[in-house]
Amino acid sequence: MAAKLLDKVEIPKDRYEMRLSGSGGQGMILAAVIMSEAIGGADERNVVQSQSYGPEARGGASKADVVVSENEIYYPKAMNLDLLLAMTQESLDSYYPNLKEGGTLIIDTTLVTDVPTDNYFGLPFTQLAREKVGIIMVANVIALAAIAELTGVVTREALTKAVLGRAPRGTEDKNRKALEIGFEEAAKIKK
Amino acid sequence: MPARERKLLQGNQACVHGAIYAGMRFFAGYPITPSTEVAEMSARLLPRIGGRFIQMEDEIGSIAAVVGASISGLKSMTATSGPGYSLMLENIGYAYMTETPCVIVNVQRGGPSTGLPTKVSQSDTMQARYGPHGDYCAIAVAPSTVADTVTETIRAFNLAERFRTPVTVLLDEVIAHSRELIYLPEEGELEIYNRVKPTASPEEFEAFALTPNGVSPMPSYGEGYRYNVTGLTHDTHGFTTNRVDEIPVKLEKLRHKIADYTDEIEKIRVEHMDDAEVAIIAYGSAARAALQATDIARKVGAKVGAVQLYSIWPFPDAKLKELCGRCKKVIVAELNMGQLITEIERIMPDKQITTLQRYDGEILTPLQVVKKIEEVL
Amino acid sequence: MATAEKAKQKSDVTLHYLRPGKKFPSVWCPGCGNGVVMGSLIRAIDNLGLSKDEVVLVSGIGCSSRLPVYLDFNSLHTTHGRALPFATGAKFAQPHMKVIVITGDGDALAIGGNHFIHACRRNIDITAILINNHIYGMTGGQGSPTTPGGTFSTTTPYGNVEKHFDPCSLAAAAGATFVARSTVYHEPQLQKLIGQAISHRGFSLVEAISNCHTYFGRLNRKGDAVAMFDAFKERAVPVGKASKMTEEELEDKIVTGVIHNVEKTEFCDEYQKVVDAHMGEK
Repeated sequence: MAAKLLDKVEIPKDRYEMRLSGSGGQGMILAAVIMSEAIGGADERNVVQSQSYGPEARGGASKADVVVSENEIYYPKAMNLDLLLAMTQESLDSYYPNLKEGGTLIIDTTLVTDVPTDNYFGLPFTQLAREKVGIIMVANVIALAAIAELTGVVTREALTKAVLGRAPRGTEDKNRKALEIGFEEAAKIKK
Repeated sequence: MPARERKLLQGNQACVHGAIYAGMRFFAGYPITPSTEVAEMSARLLPRIGGRFIQMEDEIGSIAAVVGASISGLKSMTATSGPGYSLMLENIGYAYMTETPCVIVNVQRGGPSTGLPTKVSQSDTMQARYGPHGDYCAIAVAPSTVADTVTETIRAFNLAERFRTPVTVLLDEVIAHSRELIYLPEEGELEIYNRVKPTASPEEFEAFALTPNGVSPMPSYGEGYRYNVTGLTHDTHGFTTNRVDEIPVKLEKLRHKIADYTDEIEKIRVEHMDDAEVAIIAYGSAARAALQATDIARKVGAKVGAVQLYSIWPFPDAKLKELCGRCKKVIVAELNMGQLITEIERIMPDKQITTLQRYDGEILTPLQVVKKIEEVL
Repeated sequence: MATAEKAKQKSDVTLHYLRPGKKFPSVWCPGCGNGVVMGSLIRAIDNLGLSKDEVVLVSGIGCSSRLPVYLDFNSLHTTHGRALPFATGAKFAQPHMKVIVITGDGDALAIGGNHFIHACRRNIDITAILINNHIYGMTGGQGSPTTPGGTFSTTTPYGNVEKHFDPCSLAAAAGATFVARSTVYHEPQLQKLIGQAISHRGFSLVEAISNCHTYFGRLNRKGDAVAMFDAFKERAVPVGKASKMTEEELEDKIVTGVIHNVEKTEFCDEYQKVVDAHMGEK
């Protein structure tokens, strides 16, 4: 069997791997934390959340991964992405090669112009945040709502609870609005 | 009773929850990546339970304050990374000599020197054993998940108190900064060990008395036992000695109180070892790659098993040898240039031992491990 | 009271505080000022009526740092330069204890310099007694941070080219709230200052100028212990008088008395306020 092992092995199918990417300051790590808490609040699935750490966290390309499984998660990092959210062109270019065949690609069309595939979901998260909510800071929340709507990885209710659990006092309404917009806009483009 | 809720915690944060559960009431530290969250969380949580946090002027002062506080009576901890651990070695040695219980968390990063502050490594494996000068027995435990970090930190405190010795928690950057959903233990769920206090009167009290299990009862300052603590080699009363008949007594006490009770310390996880032809031995985040690779390779029929070490020091010679008894081949997977492997080679000279190293600041991937299994099979 | 009776009473007090079971003589050379400081400390503690159990003596490494081992208190003989952080831990863990650090010029100001300024800055309620003999005695007469310029030691065989620290100015500038100086010749004053320092709430420093006739004296032709004690008598100027003297007049003088004494919030007290405000929060 020597020399054939690597050809035969498969990445375990019991893992669902998400990568939320953008530039530092777009709240990708917070989004991944919220997504993890939403999953944790909803059911017994296990979650490992990790991120690029260090200078990258202060500008440049930023990524935060969430690995979800019903079983014990051995390897804590993503191996083969089931979902990639790209909020910038740079992050899309960097991480698209890690998206598995048939994986879900979601991009922010406000900032991403050049997409290497036709098979993707595009919504102008940043523009929606600016124009419909009034603050671009909630673009990450709109994106989270879109991920929930498009993939079903968490329910609307679980995500809403997790977002509001993390929302600074006084920003609850803005965050609720962002969630609504995300759910609605994503529902429109859902295949 | 309300349903228990899982908490999303980083390894560094989980470490503090474990420490407080174990009874930590004193933390002294100095900021250093990737361990800083341990200090930050301690600063936040300790005042809420009447504990104490202090940011010292450096790591030397941090471990000194920890030892001082422990002798004063509080369960104490510090956290650091390689460069800070190097600075602490002086007074970790003092804690060995004075038999002072305390916990040192080393969130490993790449070195030598300033090295790779934000990158993962396991290159302090040997430093945790042989760091301070002199002869002594070291205890080091090694979690690999956020949940483990809670239980292993509790275990570190229990071992420190049980054996009156410093205990190192060897974390690494991946576990320290990954967030996982975990249940925190409830009150009374896990056993907590507290140091044995003397029952003798102050007049009869012998500070470093020889006892059947090698551990002397330890009073706190202020309890009426006005004894002397010194880093100089001392007799059973705590007074400096240069006598050839007393020096070995002290050194052998430091060794035997731990070396004779390794079964209370050793902790190993095995997966798929029953019929394994190849064993992968690893600890910490490298063990997670090893476990994943074993799982993957097993699904396509490879007879491979994983052995995860939760305690590195004392090295579990006999237990490990027994567990790997059936397999002829062993892969040692570690995030350094080969430290753990020297111990494995020492205890299993009859086996074919292969090293799998990664030292570029990244965690080993499961596929790298699978590739090594393929080479070895 | 007759002189002989007085002396006996004094020696009874000393004996009461010597550690039972500890063998004597001490490691110190005959005539060393460390013994004088030990006597002053004993009498200061006795006058304050402290219980032996509430006193913690902490020291580092060096001749002076052997002092705690001889006394019947809780004693912590630590590593070189680190007495203050060990003491910080011991004090912070049990703030009701009286924590006194015995240190030397090398221990406190060279290897322990960083810890020294930060202990001052925190104004933690610790008393540091710095026995300054201007040289490393235990290792055999090397230059220290208080070795005066031009003087000789085994590592300054051609005369010291470095400047020296003034521990009192350093402590006051770093935030210590009680700073005093005396010499081993002026034992009654030294005893009084140590008592004041222990009673002071906050970080206090007493610099005790002392003799190392074995090394500093011999290498610099300062004579024996008695000659060095006499020199301290000659060179001492009370702080009040010194304030009216010029810099030139103060050259080579030892200014004695309370040099700096201010009230500031103390570290353990302030932390306790944090605990009181946040205790029980989830």
